Parts: sequence; structure tokens; C-alpha cells
Amino acid sequence: MTAVSERQQLQYIAGQAADARVNVELETEGMTLNLGPQHPATHGTLRIIVRLDGEQVISADPVMGYMHRGYEKLVEVRTYPQITTLINRIDWLSSFANEVPFILAAEKLMEVEAPPRAQWIRTILFEMARVANIGLFLGEMGLQLGAMTAAFYAFRDREFVLNQIEAVTGGRFHPNFDRIGGLKDDLPKGWIDETKRVMQRMREFCDEMEVLLLGNEIFEARMRGIGVIPAEVGLSYGLSGANIRASGVDWDIRRDSKLSPLPYDQLDWTVWTHPDGDSFARYWVRMQETREATKLVDQLLDGLPGGSIMAKVPRIIKVPEGEAYVETENPLGAMGYYIISKGDLGPFRVKIRSASFNNVSIAPWVLRGVYVPDIITILGSLYFILGDIDR
Amino acid sequence: MTLAIHLAYWQQTIIKSIAVLLCLLLPAGAFVNLFLFKMSSFMQSRLGPMEAGPHGQLQLLAELGKSFQKEDIVPTKADEKLFKLAPYLIVASVLLVYVVVPFGPDAYFTNLDVGIFYALAVSSISVIGVLIAGWASANKYSLLGGLRAAGQLIAYELPMVLAVVGVVIQAGTLNMQGIVVAQANGEIFGFGALGNPFILTQLLGFIIFLVAAQAELTQTPFDMPVAESEIVAGYMTEYSGMRFLLFFIAEFASVGAFAALAATLFLGGWYLPGLDLTANYMNVLGPLILFAKIIVIAGIIFFVRFTYPRFREDQLQKVAWTFLIPLSLVNIFATAILKVLF
Amino acid sequence: MPPKPKVPGLIKGLGVTFKEMTKTMFPNEGIKKIIPAPSKGAHTVQYPHVKEAPPTRARGVIALLEENCTVCMLCARSCPDWCIYIEGHKYKAPPRREGGKPRTVSALDRFDIDYALCMYCGICVEVCPFDALFWTPEYEYSEPRIADLLHDKERLGEWMDTVPEYEAYEAGSEAKVKKLPKKGAK
Repeated sequence: MTAVSERQQLQYIAGQAADARVNVELETEGMTLNLGPQHPATHGTLRIIVRLDGEQVISADPVMGYMHRGYEKLVEVRTYPQITTLINRIDWLSSFANEVPFILAAEKLMEVEAPPRAQWIRTILFEMARVANIGLFLGEMGLQLGAMTAAFYAFRDREFVLNQIEAVTGGRFHPNFDRIGGLKDDLPKGWIDETKRVMQRMREFCDEMEVLLLGNEIFEARMRGIGVIPAEVGLSYGLSGANIRASGVDWDIRRDSKLSPLPYDQLDWTVWTHPDGDSFARYWVRMQETREATKLVDQLLDGLPGGSIMAKVPRIIKVPEGEAYVETENPLGAMGYYIISKGDLGPFRVKIRSASFNNVSIAPWVLRGVYVPDIITILGSLYFILGDIDR
Repeated sequence: MTLAIHLAYWQQTIIKSIAVLLCLLLPAGAFVNLFLFKMSSFMQSRLGPMEAGPHGQLQLLAELGKSFQKEDIVPTKADEKLFKLAPYLIVASVLLVYVVVPFGPDAYFTNLDVGIFYALAVSSISVIGVLIAGWASANKYSLLGGLRAAGQLIAYELPMVLAVVGVVIQAGTLNMQGIVVAQANGEIFGFGALGNPFILTQLLGFIIFLVAAQAELTQTPFDMPVAESEIVAGYMTEYSGMRFLLFFIAEFASVGAFAALAATLFLGGWYLPGLDLTANYMNVLGPLILFAKIIVIAGIIFFVRFTYPRFREDQLQKVAWTFLIPLSLVNIFATAILKVLF
Repeated sequence: MPPKPKVPGLIKGLGVTFKEMTKTMFPNEGIKKIIPAPSKGAHTVQYPHVKEAPPTRARGVIALLEENCTVCMLCARSCPDWCIYIEGHKYKAPPRREGGKPRTVSALDRFDIDYALCMYCGICVEVCPFDALFWTPEYEYSEPRIADLLHDKERLGEWMDTVPEYEAYEAGSEAKVKKLPKKGAK
């Protein structure tokens, strides 16, 4: 045990904290700019304390937590259906994708498997969430760079996907549709044909974005060679999803981790990677992913098996004791839920591994030595959602 | 002015003052209404303002009323006198440019012999206004925006001036009215019906002038000083209410000023081929023709503004110094050689 | 990688926005092609004058069919926000046939849903064993005061008029289409 009393320890800590505050204010070399919690380009309430030398960044520290809602505490006192409602709101743009790993983990603990039709519809909605989310990114990356028209096109075409999700689940942003053992309800009449039309429309949208943004010389000048993340650095920081695939790492949880319930191995699709690792590569990979997701939805709609959508589960669901962790390839990256259950109506503890938390943790490393406009480009191309970081 | 009735000097001054204010507000209002509200909306698959008046045509009145009743906020640490002075400097610079633009054979504010030289010179006064706004706001974002603006606006003065030199060589005079007359009376290889609008022979100069004008007006793709998604309105961040409206009016009126300069230098000004150069009715028709040409050029400027992403500051400077200036020098050489030969 | 385009991308980008602008301004076909009609070509809807119909399953507001409710409290218990307030009492009703025992019947005193708290998740509607709660796509019930967002029993009963019929399912589905209970069926 140390010879220092607790009171002395607290005094020491308080002194350090005061020092830190004073240091930030009185630093004379460079200017401290607060890309503060309220900023149009930080996707929410992320604060980045940037030390500048002219227009060049000396150091950048993200400060998270302005949107912390206490999810892991909230779910300790709720039952599984109630938790499914709450976790829709973690990453609010990819509506359905938040529920999938949680329900898969709970089903793993209960050792119940949803019938094939439910698994296929789950995958359809999962991929549609991906199309909606990454489709928005394609347009809104232009907004970060100043091309405001592209963002409007993204919002306009995303509405069609959201209309389809609303026609099935009743909610555009928060479907709350997944249940342990299957889904809540089946597809309404005419949905399959309409969704195929919508996916065709999203493919045309991708082509439009390719001409409007990807081929634009100014866009290329702003994005090529900016924010290069080598593969080892990315993996060591825990990047996942399109960010790490743009650095050349061929890793996709849908294909690699054998998510046996979801039927990815029965479909014909490719994983897109890019060797460069700069912001342009991340944009390009996400554009190809959107196109691939629309093709996946078409294949899933064609091969949809008949059958029931709910397995035999008791009315009041009590998950048996145990621990399970399931990770899936969400639109933003790898999202996972670690459930510790003690046999109750609700879990004992849920740890949420969110993709954006790790994606934004690379910010201090990648933002050294870049210009101020490049901060926005790099953070925009890493694509995080604040609800996902802070939970 | 050769009018039918004889006006005293003070009466002429009042008319000219009202006219120059009209010059400021009319283009600003027309561009905001037509391009910002409607053209950008149609490009974005939406309708723009529709509630105020039929199809939202009275939205400007609503904006004016809204700005008038806003609180006048000056930040505590800001230099109050400079903070309040900055918008007026920019408005003054725009008004000074309009003074030289000819609207008709006798409809002009003043007929300087160094017309275009004077216009380009006074348009640089707005740089001071922007710098003052950025510094006096006591806001790091505004400071960044102001400094970026200073660098950019000064860098793009050069290509603009050099692009105009080609026109001056061809017209043989710096006088704006003289340039219009030269375009009206000139011939292209002996064919005289169309006159000689300099856009045909000075196409390179026209393009350089437009690009440099887009940068002088801090419109996207050169809007680093006002980069909306990074530094949230740049040097204008701390301004609210009527002061912000002054900046806004000045920005759109300067689009009109530069479009007027481009129309006069390259498109033939207030003259259309087939009309009488010295008739009295041209004093009424001329402004309308010029206004139509201004709308066309401003349309190009805003069209580009709503489509492209923005350049980074160093890329911006690179485009100016290593691309536009050599190109304009080549243009001057070619014009001089061809003028001597033909 | 996509091949380098022949026309510079800058010009093609201008083409995209120009095409969208003309699509918005001139959406008509045939002889009317040259008349601008932006109200028809735009993708937006002028909300207070024109209203889009939400899909049948849209979760707008919850309606209560009071006759079916037996005050079992399942909905209030399963709400993640605990925004349903229920009070009821039991009373002895006369027996159904002669010589029988009097039966205990629950009566609903108070059934309030606080829409300021409601997360529109639908667990209450799903969990109700007696089909007393239904979703309707109505969404225009915003109030100037937050306290007015507490809908009481009568107001929730009024929403029952707007409950749509259940839709048919896609081919290949084994689910059966549910029927709305008629009023006074109990």
C-alpha cells in the first residue's frame, strides 16, 4: 500500500486537472481551435480540440461523451423486447442493423433458431439499412466538401428506401421489428416488386453520384492522398467496415465469421477493397458496397423461401444463463453485443461494441500535420455517427 | 446628361444617388430571388419558398422584415467600431464599381477615361472590409475566414486584370463606353453585321475572367473564406440581423457588378447588333439589355456555385498562380501579336 | 477502378445538376413539355396544402377499444418508458344464466397514454392478449402544451375510427391476415 493518504491523492489529481485547464488556455505556440460540440460537420456533438500552427494541425484530441445516454445502464432494468426498442436508437441512420446482433446473441443463448424465411427477411432489411445509410454518406460527403446539391439527392433517394422499410415495419427510422425467434410480422402484398424498383433507383443514384462527385476533379484533388491510413495502423486502432477495407484489408464479417443464421453464403456477392487507404478510397469502397447491397437485396427477394416467420418461443421470454457475443457487419463497421444473462426476463449486463467509437479513436493519429479543411474531409470519410460513439 | 429637360446639379445628384442604390438592390434582389431561392431549389428537386406571395415571390420582403426586427448583437470582446464599420466598406466597394458601368449611350454615372482600370482597383477595397470583419469579430473561426479571404482575393486580382488586358488591347481604350462602341462598330474578318463582341475573339480571356470573378466573389468552388461546413460562415459568423443582410446584399450585388463588367467587356454591354448607337430611346432600352446579359452571366456563376465542391486554400492558390496567370499571359501575347498582324 | 472519362468530370457534373433542374421544371410529357410545372416535378410535397398518405402499418398513434380491455396491465408493464397509466376496479356482475354465480368483471377507470414519453415501439399493441390496442397512421395531433399530449380514455377511443384494415400478405407467407374486431362485439 502506498504511504500517500487518500486525501493527498485527491489533492494531487485536482492539481493536475487545474494544470491541464490552464495549459490549454495559455499555450502560446499555435492557436487552440475548438471544433466544438455544435458544428455543422461533425455529425453530431463531437468536440475536437485542435492545436493549429497557421492552418496546419499540430495535435487534435476528440472529446466524446456529449451524447452519452447511458445505454448499458438503461438495459439493465429492461426486458428483451424493451431493449430491442432502445437499441434502434444507437446508430439512428442504420435503423434495422442495430437490432440484428443483439437478437442473434439472445437467440444464441436461448439456442433457438429463427425459420429460414425470417432469416432471409432479416437479411433483406439489414442490407436495405446499409443502402439507406451508406447512400446518405455518398451524398453528404459532398456536403462536407461544399457541394450542397449532392446531399439533397441523397436525402431524396433515401426516402424511397425508408418508405419501403415503413411499409413493412411501421417505422422509418426505428423499425423495432426483430424478435427473439423471428420477426414481428410478414411482408405486405406488393412489397417485393416495389422494393426491386427502389433498388434499381438506388443504383441509378449511385451512378449519378459517380458522375457528380467521384469524377469531379475538385473532389479528387480534395480526397486523394488525404488521411492515408496504412493497414497495420488501422487494425491496431480497431477500425472496421469500409474504413479498413479501403486500406486493403480483405475482412468482412458477413463472409468471414460464418454468421450461420444469415444466408450470406448462399448468395453471390463480392467484398470490395482498395489498396490506397486515403479518403477517396473510403468513398469509393462505400459506393461499391452500396451497389453490392442493392444486388444482394435483389437476389434475396428472388430467392425468398416461404414459411412462417416466428419460431416456437414461449410468450414470456426468459433467456437462460450464459454469455454470448455476436458481431455483425453493420453499415458503419463491426457492431457487437456481449450479453451476460442470469436467467431473467432481462439481461444482467450488455456491453455494446460500437463501430464508430473505434473509428473515431484514430483521429489523433491521422489528423497530425493536415490542414484545417482536411480535418473535415478525413472525419467525414471515416463516417461515424455520434449516437454510435457515445451510446 | 443630354435629357429633354434641364436639371440642376443637385437634382441630378439625387437621381444618381437613388439610381446607384437601385443598382445595388435590384441585382441583389433579383439574384437572390431567382437563383438562390428558385434555381438552386429546382436543381435540388424541391420548390423553394412558396408561402410568401405567389410561388414565394414576396419572400425577400419577409427576409427584410425579419432582419429589421433582430437584436443588434456585438460580441463582448469585439472591437466595436471596426466591427460595425466592416459591412459598410464592402458595400461601398460594390457601389464604386457600379459607378463606371455604362447603361446606355448617355445613361452612366460618370465616364472616366480609365474606366476599367478604376473598376478593378476599387473592387479590391472589399478585401479590407473582409479582413476587418474577420479580425474585429474576436472569433477564431472568423479570423481563419478573414485571413483565407485576404490571401485568396489578392491572389485572384492578377488573373482578372491580365484577362482584361487582352480586351483593352483589342478595344484600344480603357474607357468603358469606348469598349462598348468598339464592340458595336468592330468587324470580324470583314463581317460587320454582328459587331465584334470580344467573347468570340477573347474566349480564353472570358473564361479566365469568369473563374477569377468566381474567386473574387468567394463563391464555391472558391468559397474557402465562407466554408459553410467548416468555419460556419467564416468572417460573417458573428454578424446578425441587418449587418448580416448588408454582407449578403453586398455579396449578391458584387455578383451583379462583376457580371456587369463581364457583360460590358465581353458581351457588348448595353448594345445589341441592329440597334442605334446614339438614339435617345437606347437610354431606356440599354439598361434592360444589360440587365438581361447580367442575368445570363450570373446564371453561369450560380450554376457552378451549386454544383462543385470547394478547393482547399493551397490548391486554390496553386490554381491562381501556376495555372491562370501563365494562361492569361499567353492570351495577352496572342492578342498583341494578332492585333499587330491584322 | 472506373476508367478516366473523356469529358472532364467538371462538365459532366454540371450536366447532372442541369438535368435535375430541367426534370423539376418540365416534368410534363407530350405537347405540354415546354410549359414549366415545377410543382409537379419537384419531389417535395407542400405539406399543409397537400398531405401524403403514410403506409397502412405506419405507427402514428395508438387507439383503444375499451370493451376489449380487461385491465390485465400487460401493456403498462411492458412499455419501455412506462408511459401508460391504468386504473381499474373490479365489480360483481350478474350471472350469465339463471342460478349461476355472480362473476367478477374488471372495469377500466383510467387509461392514459402519455405521448410525450411514448417511443412508438408498439410493444403494448403487440403484447395485448385481448386485441384492445391498435395502431393507426394518424400523425397530426401535436399540441401547444406538452400536458395536452396525455391522451385519455375518450380520446384514445376516438382514434379507433381511423384504424385501417389489415393488409394482405405477400405470396409464400404462412401468416393469416387478422381482422379488426367490430365495435360492441364483446
